[in-house]
Amino acid sequence: MNTIIKETTTAVLATLLFALVLCGIYPVIIWGAGQLLFPHQANGSLIEGSDRKTVGSELLGQNFTSAKYFHPRPSSAGTGYDAANSSGSNLGPTSQKLIDAVKQRVADYRAENGLAADALVPGDAVTASGSGLDPHISPKNALLQASRVARERGLGVDVVKTEIDKATTAAQFGILGEAGVNVLKLNLALDAMSPKK
Amino acid sequence: MAAKTHSIFDPAIIIPAIGASFQKLNPAHMLGNPVMFVTEVGALITTALLFSGGQGASFGFLLQITLWLWFTVIFANFAEAMAEGRGKAQAETLRKSRTETKANRFRGDGALEEVPSNKLRKGDVVIVKAGEFIPGDGEIIEGAATVDESAITGESAPVVREAGGDRSAVTGGTRVLSDVIKVRITANPGETFLDRMIGLVEGAKRQKTPNEIALTILLSALTIIFLIVLISMKAFGIYNGVDFSITVLVALLVCLIPTTIGGLLSAIGIAGIDRLVQKNVLAMSGRAVEAAGDVDVLLLDKTGTITLGNRQAAEFLPAPGVTKEAMAEAAQLASLADETPEGRSIVVLAKEKYGLRGRELNELPHATFVPFTAQTRMSGVDINGTKYRKGAADQVKAFVGGNLPGAVQSDVDRIAGLGGTPLVVASNEKVLGTIYLKDIVKGGLADRFERFRAMGIRTIMITGDNPRTAAAIAKEAGVDDFLAEATPEQKLALIRKEQEGGHLVAMTGDGTNDAPALAQADVGVAMNTGTQAAKEAGNMVDLDSNPTKLIEVVEIGKQLLITRGALTTFSIANDVAKYFAIIPAMLLVSFPSIAPLNVMKLASPQSAILSAVIFNAIIIILLIPLALRGVKFRPLGAAKILQRNLLIYGVGGVIIPFIGIKAIDMMVAALHLA
Amino acid sequence: MNTSGWIQLILFAAALLVTAKPLGLYLCKVLDANGKTFLDPVIKPIERLTYKLTGVDPKQEHDWKRYATAMLLFSLVSMLFTYAILRLQAVLPLNPQKLVAVGEHLAFNTAASFTTNTNWQSYGGESTMSYLSQMVALTIHNFVSAAVGISIAAALVRGIARHTSQTIGNFWVDLTRVTYYLLVPICVVFAVVLVSQGMIQNFKPYDSASLSDPFTTQVPKVDDKGAAVNGPDGKPVMVDQKIDAQTIVQGPMASQIAIKMLGTNGGGYTNANAAQPFENPTPLSNFLQMFAIFAIPSALTYFLGRSVRNQGHGWAVWAAMFVLFFAGVMVAAHYEAAGNPNFTALGVDPADGNMEGKEVRFGIFNSALFATITTDASCGAVNSMHDSFTPMGGLVPLLNIQLGEVVFGGVGAGLYGMLIYVIIAVFIAGLMVGRTPEYLGKKIEPKDVKMASFVILILAFSILGFSAWASVSKMGAPDATGALTDGTNNSGPHGFSEILYAYSSCTGNNGSAFAGLTANAPWYDTTLGFATLFGRFAMIVPILALAGSLARKKLIAESAGTFPVSGPLFTSLLVGTVLLIGALTFVPALVLGPVVEHFLMHAGKLF
Repeated sequence: MNTIIKETTTAVLATLLFALVLCGIYPVIIWGAGQLLFPHQANGSLIEGSDRKTVGSELLGQNFTSAKYFHPRPSSAGTGYDAANSSGSNLGPTSQKLIDAVKQRVADYRAENGLAADALVPGDAVTASGSGLDPHISPKNALLQASRVARERGLGVDVVKTEIDKATTAAQFGILGEAGVNVLKLNLALDAMSPKK
Repeated sequence: MAAKTHSIFDPAIIIPAIGASFQKLNPAHMLGNPVMFVTEVGALITTALLFSGGQGASFGFLLQITLWLWFTVIFANFAEAMAEGRGKAQAETLRKSRTETKANRFRGDGALEEVPSNKLRKGDVVIVKAGEFIPGDGEIIEGAATVDESAITGESAPVVREAGGDRSAVTGGTRVLSDVIKVRITANPGETFLDRMIGLVEGAKRQKTPNEIALTILLSALTIIFLIVLISMKAFGIYNGVDFSITVLVALLVCLIPTTIGGLLSAIGIAGIDRLVQKNVLAMSGRAVEAAGDVDVLLLDKTGTITLGNRQAAEFLPAPGVTKEAMAEAAQLASLADETPEGRSIVVLAKEKYGLRGRELNELPHATFVPFTAQTRMSGVDINGTKYRKGAADQVKAFVGGNLPGAVQSDVDRIAGLGGTPLVVASNEKVLGTIYLKDIVKGGLADRFERFRAMGIRTIMITGDNPRTAAAIAKEAGVDDFLAEATPEQKLALIRKEQEGGHLVAMTGDGTNDAPALAQADVGVAMNTGTQAAKEAGNMVDLDSNPTKLIEVVEIGKQLLITRGALTTFSIANDVAKYFAIIPAMLLVSFPSIAPLNVMKLASPQSAILSAVIFNAIIIILLIPLALRGVKFRPLGAAKILQRNLLIYGVGGVIIPFIGIKAIDMMVAALHLA
Repeated sequence: MNTSGWIQLILFAAALLVTAKPLGLYLCKVLDANGKTFLDPVIKPIERLTYKLTGVDPKQEHDWKRYATAMLLFSLVSMLFTYAILRLQAVLPLNPQKLVAVGEHLAFNTAASFTTNTNWQSYGGESTMSYLSQMVALTIHNFVSAAVGISIAAALVRGIARHTSQTIGNFWVDLTRVTYYLLVPICVVFAVVLVSQGMIQNFKPYDSASLSDPFTTQVPKVDDKGAAVNGPDGKPVMVDQKIDAQTIVQGPMASQIAIKMLGTNGGGYTNANAAQPFENPTPLSNFLQMFAIFAIPSALTYFLGRSVRNQGHGWAVWAAMFVLFFAGVMVAAHYEAAGNPNFTALGVDPADGNMEGKEVRFGIFNSALFATITTDASCGAVNSMHDSFTPMGGLVPLLNIQLGEVVFGGVGAGLYGMLIYVIIAVFIAGLMVGRTPEYLGKKIEPKDVKMASFVILILAFSILGFSAWASVSKMGAPDATGALTDGTNNSGPHGFSEILYAYSSCTGNNGSAFAGLTANAPWYDTTLGFATLFGRFAMIVPILALAGSLARKKLIAESAGTFPVSGPLFTSLLVGTVLLIGALTFVPALVLGPVVEHFLMHAGKLF
């Protein structure tokens, strides 16, 4: 019994002490180091618009539905790209709901980009990402959208393609991960070229 | 009880075993074996379904499944009954030696009374005269006698038993041939070695060994797990809109739980002890047999185990100026009348090395023979006035009157120093040379010890010889180490030292002063000729009193464990194929698109399930011979044995049922059974 | 698998292999109460102070019962601590979003889940947990539950390495040293590297960004109390809502994520876990997070080899783990790359594989790799949605968990789980060399087999038992019409997989999910909470008993007749045992879930 009391006391004291060290001191050290060394990243890699207002984060995708913008991937985060509600669709491969949605997205994608009825559609263009906040689309997807955006904005397709290149992140160190086009950055860059009508 | 092996297919054993398989269906008996108990409950459930009109499945299918489930239980019982039957047959032979006899017991007042032998208690003193059977295990406290122990050992030559010393123990059922002895009975009726042994081989009093208990725990855990698997499967089926029938779930359960090893486990254990009995070794417990498998140090007495019991002539060393041939001839002549093994070996050596035919005594009519006696320690022959003599150096020195030539004396000293026995040969006053008698290492031992080394077993020779001699013999025999000038205390200390170093030690012994060491050793094999104390201290008794048997005992222990492990591995590995047979069959109706999972292309869902159940039952029968005989033992290192057995019983255990189930399925389909 | 996939896999394997020894040697020092490390000048005073404040005598070692008592009491106290904070978060500081108190069932579930290193989350982090809850109630367990796991593994290894000893170490010393010398220092470095990649670390309230392209969407109409309004047809009434801003989540993330990965906790800061771009901004952060999961478990095998003075054994265990890991990656990557034939039929480029639930920056391979790693270990962090994997791709994480997460495994838990398989393998196959089975000089006796059997029994019982119960009950949250549901987001075999995955994940203390399952309902919260407790403590206690039993044994000398526990043969045996004993239990369940779904998917059947 004495052992139990002694060990319980130790358990309580240890919990409080560890809470102080691990939850008090440790995160503050990281906070200090982060704010000091990488303040931009530590605060959300935020992008400021012309009016110093936050227009988004480099890392978080945003929804774009107008034809003049590159469209991101379908999103299941809240009402779409809700960054306080990150989520995937969690629909399984035999889900009627998923297949119906993909079917609709394929049709829409072909229609808005003027593709043939049997044209292959990029996988990322018609599937929801895991977070619902995927900032990227595949370069293949971006290129298929390029002529639409160019037409809507009255820009040359090659100008748009140059912007796509600029917004493309290659695989890190040429090895890790996959290449992707940051949709928010690309659209903001295009907006900067041709002020909003 | 001569070593006897019973054929696996001896009808005298099979027929009663069949009967016993049914008697063993008693659930109280089955409870000792959780795996088979669950199988029996499964069989009961399908039987109940059968009589309550089934569960939608066709009657014929349900009937066949039910029958095969019962067969599974019966086959397992049969395996156990077979092992017990073989044990009983051994026991019967043992029992025959234990005919009830009358005993002449001393009453408290010193008068004799005649009582049946089974009324004798420990501590009673009886008188046994020539021609009478010794009524029970005991110790001679007065007198000496020649005893015929052939009933126990199968050895026809009578042996001498006498009070005091290391040859005082007598076994019940043996017969006194000469003289009268007074014997103190050392075992109560039913507690003699024979009784214990009979109990063991019959399986009646067999207690599970720790290893069997551990294995049973694991097998029970697997059984419970598969019960959970099958019960949950019913629920998962409901979620997916599939109604699995109880019959099929029971069939799958019985196929998955380790029935193969579960059914054969006790048979393997009984058969292991049985094999030991066939080698004329009585183990006091199953535990001792397993311990034998673990032994990694063997203490072997030099005399009788490593060397032949007697020394033999190995070399003739002529004195200066004497030819070898002349000396050899003299030595041979002088030894003709020496009937001791040493003397005969001189005759043989002369013949083999120098082509001197050993003459028969009657070929030399004018010769006068001087036989070897313990007093003269010299033998010889007088032919035509020439006196040939051979004997101990001192005796010959006295015979020739004067000192031995310097070269001969130094030979004598050298041989003695090597632990050999020097015999000097002389004709009249002339010293011809020295005969070198030495210990002869038994043939084939070096090879055997080499194999032991490969298995990781170290051999240590125990001898009373001086270290120099011991080293020479140890080298020749190929043992790893030796203990020279050994006393019983040193022997005990050596065992303790080895055990502290984490070794398991086996030894043989016969004398009373061996008892502490026998008790200390992990496996102590007492010689049947030894004292009662030695037999009590050891955990095995070798009826043949052959110390070399220790080696076989170790092999039998290993074989027992290997068989158990091999069949466990096989049993578990079988589950893969059974899943592939049954699961697709269970789902094919609801989900026709899973057809590719039916990799064996079994004819129909019902035949697939039936085939798996039949395979599961039949494999028990097919493996009974293996369980009873044991997996063939090979003296290899652990890594090699493991690799080999994993391939055969692990990988083989995955593949064989695929073939077996497919074959049965083809038969079932051809016979339209399902 | 393409070339880039192979290169990344080789890189990952090489990183594991190269760090196993140095980190393993460091572990030897950390797990030795008298060990000296290069951090002693900084940490030793803190360590001494900790013992003084908590009343621990670091010189005293304990037997297994005392060790287990201390571990259980500490877990109980720290679990109550977390429960209390969650229930009180509304009135506690550091709650800029004004989040309400966590409900009782969810608080129990979460406290149990974090205490057991599971970090199953029935909630979305950013919308449920205040900064204080994230930073204190949850983060403390990220450290200490990992430290407990490593301590238990160390105690078991000591039991194996020692002989004729009554004690297996001092729980408090192990806990303290692992936390201070191992977890905190690595996390400090790791967290800062993660910040450099874009992970947030601040104490700001959530930011709001104004959208360049506002859009209108339909949302269910709610009344004043926030409840959904149903139309006459019983369906929710939808109204238009204009979205012109994006709420950007903020907070102290990097400090939590570092230990979340290193301690194989897996509890995300956000709902989407490591798929959320802040939580896993770049492929490099992804690579480092995957590596952090396996780093300590891999090094622990070196610690094992070193402690038992048989480095070959340590490497053989490592190799067995690697083989199982490699096989898992191959299968998962293959099926995810092969994609969903139902997509292909609609005109989706088959070359893109199954991108549903995956992020573009990670692609197919890094998603499959992450899924395999996080379930090989008991991490449970996800960078893609396992629920949306193809059936066979999803079978891999499921099976990994069901095997007991012994493929490198959770910190400590992976090693002690694998050692249970080692003991079973040695017991069965050990007989086949003709000796009663022994493991590193210790005879395996009935008591040891009993403890090992109990562990695998609990795993099967908790996973299959609870799943069976859940699959025939409608115990999940009610649907819009108020009817009780089983809580699944998918129908058919996939729905069953969601249930099976939930109980596998909780029993295995993994924490990942087929997240479609709405597990935040009282019955699920409670049963899943119990599954985490079973999966943790019903395993640790027999394992400590085993450690105690092994420690007491005499040592048997080694010889050529000794069962070999190193080399390719032993590795194959161990892999075979894990697959036979581990996987056979779950074959029927896996067939009724993913396997049937696989065939149905190819047959074009939808639910």
